Amino acid sequence: MSRRPGHSASAGRGGGSRLTDPVSGWLLRHLQVLISTLGSLSRSPFNTLMTAAVVGIALALPSALYKLLENGEAVRRGLEGAAQISLFLHQEVNEARGRAFAAELTARSDLAAVHYISPDEALAEYQEMSGLTDVLEVMEHNPLPAVVVVIPVAEHAGVEAVRTLVEEFAAAAEVELAQFDQEWVRRLDGLTALFERGVVIIAALLGAAVLLIVGNTIRLTINTRRQEIEVAKLVGATDAFVRRPFLYTGLWFGILGSLLAWLLVALALELLSGPVNRLAALYYSDFRLLTVTLTDGLLVTAAGAGLGLVGSWIAVGRHLQEIQPS
Amino acid sequence: MIRFEQVAKRYATGHDGLGSVSFHMARGEMAFLTGPSGAGKSTLLRLIGLIERHTRGQVVVGGQNLQRIQGRRVAYYRRNLGIIFQDHRLLLDRTVFDNVALPLVVAGHRRGDIERRVRAALDQVGLLGKERLFPVTLSGGEQQRVGIARAVVNKPPLLLADEPTGNLDPELSQEIMSLFERFNQVGVTVLIATHDVDLIRRMGHREIRLRDGRLAPAGRP
Repeated sequence: MSRRPGHSASAGRGGGSRLTDPVSGWLLRHLQVLISTLGSLSRSPFNTLMTAAVVGIALALPSALYKLLENGEAVRRGLEGAAQISLFLHQEVNEARGRAFAAELTARSDLAAVHYISPDEALAEYQEMSGLTDVLEVMEHNPLPAVVVVIPVAEHAGVEAVRTLVEEFAAAAEVELAQFDQEWVRRLDGLTALFERGVVIIAALLGAAVLLIVGNTIRLTINTRRQEIEVAKLVGATDAFVRRPFLYTGLWFGILGSLLAWLLVALALELLSGPVNRLAALYYSDFRLLTVTLTDGLLVTAAGAGLGLVGSWIAVGRHLQEIQPS
Repeated sequence: MIRFEQVAKRYATGHDGLGSVSFHMARGEMAFLTGPSGAGKSTLLRLIGLIERHTRGQVVVGGQNLQRIQGRRVAYYRRNLGIIFQDHRLLLDRTVFDNVALPLVVAGHRRGDIERRVRAALDQVGLLGKERLFPVTLSGGEQQRVGIARAVVNKPPLLLADEPTGNLDPELSQEIMSLFERFNQVGVTVLIATHDVDLIRRMGHREIRLRDGRLAPAGRP
């Protein structure tokens, strides 16, 4: 439809008065909507906080579990390379024979290190670690056997090679018990893998929950603003124009929720770090609980923003088309 | 400006809203659409506003065949129309200013531009100074004039009004109609559906009469 001649001048002026640069105009319009949606959210703080809190808790749970998993990995890494075999010697093997046995082992090419621990040394170490000094003092003689700790060279540190070594040592006359301490590490690996899978499943379920929460909230908002949408379409609003504020509202729910999740996880880890660090000290470990890093927080925020946007997109796509002026 | 050629509208229920209507309105013309309720006046206006789609025939508005206007082009097409409803359809939680500004905001005008144009439109309908009020605090006649300001704020070449004086007393109705005449005098094509026959006979514009979804010869009740 062409404009009538009498108004062609003003129409031309009207065209000139719009933003001339389409890119900055587009950017400015989006920025305006981004800020105005945050403004309208802040005008109903209770409802906004409720939705953000639900999103936050849904995001905090998998984030916290992931963080625990990461901590588990850190502990696991500390144990790597500790493929050591403890050879507990018979009580009747005296120190001289024990040391001779250890010397024999030192000559072997498949062992990287051999370390003899006399019953007295073992007792001292045990007392120090367990704190059971009094109990041990009342005992008449040292109940602990001498131990030879051997560490296989790297090429013999494989599960099969170590098992062969353990069998060989167990058959030696001096050895009462040969124990491979790595067994439980492998069990831990198995458990970790299981836990990891669980975290992925929980994250997927809670991610879907965030989509539904945001989608449902946006659907309700669309319904309460039905009349406004109809009138806007009547005066020439494009679908994109009508869609924009709802998409940004969803985005804000995602961002606010993930910031809350960030805070919750940081707080939870802070509460755990005291006890965990004390526990680590008991094990003579310099392990420190990994806390939430900036990268973690930004990742959660990005995930939350993405879920919020997708959730609102689904709701908007489903419900905005239905609303047409009548 | 508006050309209908054997246009029919049949609803999904099988009810005929319009049956084979043909007429032409020239650019800059002002006409009244009359007939008893249910004659198809609203349907005809809704077809022009693309609120509904005709099922047969051809509608051409401002040189555009409405059948070809689909998807997002509907929005751009509507920016060249001003539509006024009997129930004025104002947003009650927005000020008069925000209501009138809506078509400009939707079209992406700049703030300063919007303020200037909204004031000009409110001035034209005699409501300058009431920008900050909410529609509920206004009288029925004033509300209708806000609706008219919203319809003309982006200077559309075509104005459609569906029973704009339906809820108003004769004096206010005359005022509103004079307002439409003033827009028509500066070149706007105006089509008004109304049942207020006495009023429009006095004004002496063309009358397009509908009965049972068809054109009835003018001048015969």
